[in-house]
Amino acid sequence: MTARMVLEAKGIVKHFGHITALDGTDFELRASEILGIIGDNGAGKSTLIKTLSGAVVPDRGEIFVDGERVHFRAPSDARRAGIETLYQELAVAPALSIVENLFLGRELRRSGFLGNVLRMLDRRRMLAESTAYMQELGIGVRSMKQAVETLSGGQRQGVAVARSAAFARHVVIMDEPTAALGVKEGNLVLDLIRRVRDRGLSVVLISHNMPHVFEVADRIHVARLGRRVALLDPKRVSMSDAVAVMTGALNPGQLPA
Amino acid sequence: MRARLLGTLGPLLALIAACLFFATRSDRFLTADNLSIVLQQVMVVGVIAIGQTLVILTAGVDLSCGSVMALGGIVMTKLAVEHQLPVPLAIAAGVAATTSFGAINGLLVTRLRLPPFIVTLGTLNIAFAITQLYSNAQTITDVPAGLTTLGNAFQVGGSSVVYGALLMLALYAVAAFALSQTAAGRHVYAVGNNPEGARLTGIATQRVLLGVYMLAGVCYGLAALLSVARTGVGDPNAGQAENLEAITAVVVGGTSLFGGRGLVLSSLVGALIVGVFRNGLTLMGVSSVYQMLVTGVLVILAVATDQFSRRVAERGEK
Repeated sequence: MTARMVLEAKGIVKHFGHITALDGTDFELRASEILGIIGDNGAGKSTLIKTLSGAVVPDRGEIFVDGERVHFRAPSDARRAGIETLYQELAVAPALSIVENLFLGRELRRSGFLGNVLRMLDRRRMLAESTAYMQELGIGVRSMKQAVETLSGGQRQGVAVARSAAFARHVVIMDEPTAALGVKEGNLVLDLIRRVRDRGLSVVLISHNMPHVFEVADRIHVARLGRRVALLDPKRVSMSDAVAVMTGALNPGQLPA
Repeated sequence: MRARLLGTLGPLLALIAACLFFATRSDRFLTADNLSIVLQQVMVVGVIAIGQTLVILTAGVDLSCGSVMALGGIVMTKLAVEHQLPVPLAIAAGVAATTSFGAINGLLVTRLRLPPFIVTLGTLNIAFAITQLYSNAQTITDVPAGLTTLGNAFQVGGSSVVYGALLMLALYAVAAFALSQTAAGRHVYAVGNNPEGARLTGIATQRVLLGVYMLAGVCYGLAALLSVARTGVGDPNAGQAENLEAITAVVVGGTSLFGGRGLVLSSLVGALIVGVFRNGLTLMGVSSVYQMLVTGVLVILAVATDQFSRRVAERGEK
């Protein structure tokens, strides 16, 4: 296995007061893969994710992007390194249109005087680019100009996923992207995650929904007590064995490698 | 979509209906002279309402707008009259004073994270007190002609239009362009709509908020200039009615007090609705107490419409 690593972490330690959230965990993410992260509450999933997205600065350990050592002090550092994070709370402005949400914070301006001096937006180009992009991702909406609040929960999440995928150069981290969605809507988002990977991005998927993780993940990172206890292949390991590893009932050494 | 359209067009239809109603009640209402008077009466509140719209779009509110405007008017007139400062410098100083108050509001809201309602309730009183102290509670008269130029009128087709009204319309055009056609304008909406989401997408929400309060201060300064031009004096008690009238105009126009929804041009419509009702009822000989009654009903109607359309939107109408 010589797949290229886009994001790697070694021996990450993080204490909050006298609580050890991360106890020397490792992490690796290959190019164009979906890595599922599972773990019980308190296993250190969210602290790990926050470390990788720059929201938490680790006490010890090293992080590498494309083999280069990085030091993230803020989410904007991770973003600059090509890592986008989709947070559980939907990062969309419901009253704004789909186009406006897709380009929020990175709007395109017109060229020349209109753009440079009057700072006028290039609405036509933003509309064309987002229409093409949403089609590519297979998110069907009636009109790109409709307000996000008029969409269903799944479509809204679709816009949020599309937004982060559009601006990520390497990695999209998704924290519970299918939570609070119905079955059909959840599947829509899972399809979308596959398409994001097929475009060449790597996806980190944190979810409590075991069937969802097993359905889309290429590999599964099992977190337990602040460490990574196993990296599983969902095609060779059953869901119940994965849960057993997660809860400590099964020693990962007993599983097929 | 229909609810949103109602929110935008409703006030405009109400304005047209009000005009038609008053036209049937008074022969004088639809005359060019009278309409120019309405415009002249509306221009001060209209310009304050631009700043107020910006603040309300961020889910804030600025109770201090009228008091800050009064301070700006006193600074301008006092510097020009008592210190013989050239008019442009006096105006600049007045606008600088109101912008500073905007900055104070903005800093208290962003740095200390205090609710805008409380912050501006405080600065309302502070600005009022400073205005009284600085002017010794005296009206400043013998204002140089340069400060009242905007109150002069020019003739168009036999009726007179005040320059100040043109300034108001120009400011609305600039604000409408900036809010709808620039990234900064869209960020104002995003911050009002979902502050946490806006922050996560990388928008500098604190800078947006501070900028909004400061620009509102600039609007109050320009409104002060219009107020001085209209009345011909620096009045330390100006702006007390405008504190709430500007909010009324914005709300009647249909901009949501919950932030993130509305148009600045709607606030012009809102200001005109209030102005037309005042003017029309006066022409009909109705006492000013009833005018207040009507204004109150309009505000409640407008907020009720806003709530209704929000609820429809949240239900995710198809």
